Amino acid sequence: MIGQILIDGITSGAMIGLGAIGLTLTYGLLRFANFAHGEFATWGAYLAMLGAGAFGGAAPIGALTFGWPLVVALMVAMALTALLALALDAALFRRLRRHGNAIVLVIASFGASLALRSAIEFAFGPEPYYYTTDIAMTLRLAPGLRATADQLVVLAAALVLMLAMHVLLTRTPLGRAMRAVSENPDLARLAGIDPARIVRATWAIGGALAAAAGVFLGVTVQLRPSMGFELLLPLFAAAILGGVGSVPGAMLGGLVIGIAEAAAVPLAGAQYRAAVAFVVLLAMLLVRPRGLFGGRE
Amino acid sequence: MLELSGVTRRFGGAWAVDGVSLHIPPGRITGLIGPNGAGKTTLFNLIAGSLRPTAGAIRFEGRDIAHAPPHRRAALGLGRTFQIPRPFAAMTVLENVLLAALHQRGERAFANWLAPRAVAAEERRNIVRAREIIDFLALGRLAAAPASVLSGGQRKLLELARVLMAEPRLVLLDEPAAGVNPTLLETIIERIRELHARGISFLIVEHNLDLVARLCGEVHVMAGGRLLASGPPEAVTRDARVIEAYLGGAA
Repeated sequence: MIGQILIDGITSGAMIGLGAIGLTLTYGLLRFANFAHGEFATWGAYLAMLGAGAFGGAAPIGALTFGWPLVVALMVAMALTALLALALDAALFRRLRRHGNAIVLVIASFGASLALRSAIEFAFGPEPYYYTTDIAMTLRLAPGLRATADQLVVLAAALVLMLAMHVLLTRTPLGRAMRAVSENPDLARLAGIDPARIVRATWAIGGALAAAAGVFLGVTVQLRPSMGFELLLPLFAAAILGGVGSVPGAMLGGLVIGIAEAAAVPLAGAQYRAAVAFVVLLAMLLVRPRGLFGGRE
Repeated sequence: MLELSGVTRRFGGAWAVDGVSLHIPPGRITGLIGPNGAGKTTLFNLIAGSLRPTAGAIRFEGRDIAHAPPHRRAALGLGRTFQIPRPFAAMTVLENVLLAALHQRGERAFANWLAPRAVAAEERRNIVRAREIIDFLALGRLAAAPASVLSGGQRKLLELARVLMAEPRLVLLDEPAAGVNPTLLETIIERIRELHARGISFLIVEHNLDLVARLCGEVHVMAGGRLLASGPPEAVTRDARVIEAYLGGAA
């Protein structure tokens, strides 16, 4: 049973981690908590559904429930959601950053979240969608340990994206510049870095990763207009748990939250699953408010 | 090279810098001295772009830069260091220097994925150049260490290294001697001379008049936000108005 909790927890935790990376990056760079971040996951998931439909219904790959069209649609959805994040920043947050304080930005992000969610509900209606109506066959990995092929592929893809993000931040000039702007924007400017460009790169990356998380959630669970909003609390819990601004922290925080949620189902009952992120978040804030990897503030 | 005319900066009702006009010729080491609160650091902030002037013009090599953002001024060849250096503490010495290289393709969002080889080649060239600069400033041993372990004097050298990485033509040094031990100070003076010989111009704010006398051909004196006197160091330090400003400031 422990093995089963781990595999379910790690799979959903990897998705939470993906979403939390963008949240923690925008917080580290712009110093505000973006409540619209979950909607990037929703938009990504629905955009991928449109894309997969447009690319035609090819046969599923192997034991998976989806075919190549969804893989292509995932990439298109990531790119489009990156553009959505950039557009939202240009239209809303950038203007408010110039004049407003952090609380104005947070409230504005609430508004943006509501608008983005309502747009999805208006276009697709409140009922859930699935990428496919095929039944996902479970594979027996070991006695008492079952996972669907979808789960395993989604987990692998999420881990690859996290690794790519880690390499980007630690090994490339762009990542170096992002760390510099996050640590000290004034000094970064004097060192010849244009923070506006770094901010744009961060929105694009955060939006794309959130979209991937949304698509993965759509593959393993379902698509609903509120899916991203419901993801928001686990995302914040993961980001704060890992230390706000820390990308490895967000990844690890996501895994911890995912496993805790999965463990809550047999221990406390499925109805308490959603409360777990909240409990972990509160405990962390009381014990170590900086988070596991947080050094600042 | 650098031309200030009527540069003014107000904070609330107070004039921190009040109508300063000066000309910094190319190929020189120019000093800027004055009692505490004279407005020297504010003037540096105005030239480097951390602050915008309330009035007046700042021209660098003929270009009006008074309202250009700091990163554009850095790209034009204007570098500055701080009185109290604050490197990117979480990064290594090498990373601190590397990030100042200008026009890096690898800092663009897509280049890392679309042209990884070009980015890697550029990065290798930058690393070679950064290591040369780090060795030149006697930090070679510390290249892989996080900047947070550096002493105050070493941080000053690191700042200079970061500035040099951007290939500046004019460097603003804010109190390079403050808080630096005498041995390291000799290293700093010697390196400034060497860089000057390679064609880099300097504008130095400094309280250490010995350093000013040894390095600077011309000195400007500020007091109360205004320019008080200009001339060779030995003449300026004997100027009655300058002595009065320093003594008045102390009393």
